[in-house]
Amino acid sequence: MSDSQENSDSKEPATKNKDSLANILTVALGVCFVCAVVVAGSAVSLKPTIKANKELDRNKNILIAAGLFKQGETQESEIDGLFEQFTVRVVDLQNKTFLTEDQIAEANLDISKYDQRKAAKIPGMSMELSNEQDIASISRRANYSVAYLLEKDGEVERIVLPVHGYGLWSTLYGFLALQGDGNTVAGITFYEQKETAGLGGEVDNPSWKNLWVGKEIYQDGAVALKVIKGAVDKSAPDAKYQVDGLAGATLTSKGVENLIAYWMGDEGFGPLLSDFKS
Amino acid sequence: MSQSVKEVLLAPILQNNPIGLQILGICSALAVTSKMSVALVMCIALTIVTAFSNLFISLIRNSIPSSIRIIVQMTIIASLVIVVDQVLGAVAYDTSKQLTVFVGLIITNCIVMGRAEAFAMQNPPGISFIDGVGNGLGYSAVLMAVAVIREFFGSGSLFGFEILPLVTNGGWYNPMGMMLLPPSAFFIIGLFIWALRASRPEQVEEADYEIGGHTALTRAM
Repeated sequence: MSDSQENSDSKEPATKNKDSLANILTVALGVCFVCAVVVAGSAVSLKPTIKANKELDRNKNILIAAGLFKQGETQESEIDGLFEQFTVRVVDLQNKTFLTEDQIAEANLDISKYDQRKAAKIPGMSMELSNEQDIASISRRANYSVAYLLEKDGEVERIVLPVHGYGLWSTLYGFLALQGDGNTVAGITFYEQKETAGLGGEVDNPSWKNLWVGKEIYQDGAVALKVIKGAVDKSAPDAKYQVDGLAGATLTSKGVENLIAYWMGDEGFGPLLSDFKS
Repeated sequence: MSQSVKEVLLAPILQNNPIGLQILGICSALAVTSKMSVALVMCIALTIVTAFSNLFISLIRNSIPSSIRIIVQMTIIASLVIVVDQVLGAVAYDTSKQLTVFVGLIITNCIVMGRAEAFAMQNPPGISFIDGVGNGLGYSAVLMAVAVIREFFGSGSLFGFEILPLVTNGGWYNPMGMMLLPPSAFFIIGLFIWALRASRPEQVEEADYEIGGHTALTRAM
């Protein structure tokens, strides 16, 4: 690792009075400098690999949400091939429409490089949400979002939408996959979250995510899907609009419910999805 | 204080175990032991950090002013942890996603600081490095033992390979959910310390005080 650099540090003659002010400053600055160089060096040199890993992981999560990636069966190397089946579309979240090729060119967007998270921070590319609008506590929303459509024989089979919202400690980033009717959940994943491991962190637990499959989002045109406390009573008439809450993670569960309510609601993808419902 | 290399390397595994005797680093031992593969990565990460932080701190121990020594140690440890975290992110992304919280916590892991302060500040670099490796191994021994028990009874598998077919997968084994929760590690470590001290009575600490007889009555009189 950084042996040579640290060695050069140690070759300084051990001063007789190592508690002198001069020595304190020298050591403090020296250690800071060497450590800064090591940390910065490793961060810069490993950044491309980490970025590629993140991208692969994101694509993998899109596949998992859509139900195309089977844990233990599908190989990592197949991800790129499977991912190519998806049509990547851009959604205009202000007008609630899919952009056409021309509009994308007009808006000067490069789909492969578009980063919704970065865009949400740029004033010209996002809008600030008022308190009433901001149920998912995300404060700003990008004007454009990417959506992944899986089409078979001219019919939309899966709609995978990026969603995010605040849990207890962190913003949860994930994907929600819907079936072609724009109402039934085909899967959900969270690829980035920093909730308490073992409690809120269980949002990433496969068996919990499986509970989402087959649930329905809209009841009479309004978002009805809720994450409830405890287990869902399967015989209840509302069971298909309810998902078990995570034990010991009330606030994270609430956060997931809120982000669904926001992104599936009128402010999010709601109006767009109603076109699919017909 | 001249200890042989072998002694410094192997003593922390049973004789002077950082978890068993020094009772350091319990927090991460509870958190990362539900799966063996995760525990193994954590062990390797901690061993590397402890060894190298000991090495670097020992290298500059003669010029570290005592008034800022803890900060200097922390800076070195924190830098190493960040490097390890970055390397994990580049090499083993899936594991790093599960571990990144705990890898960050290595900075505050008592074993690393404890060894830096207790050993590396007084000893030359070579032997300090060995001491770091030894303590990392001691930590790893306990972690892996706990992880074997927890994964075997909690998920019916070892390193992710199914040993006992689970009921949910059409087998017969009904997993012990308790084993997947952190408190189970507490019990297992407690039993481990008990077993260790039963076989090596010299590790039993002297009681701070004796519980006396029923004194309330005599005092009243």
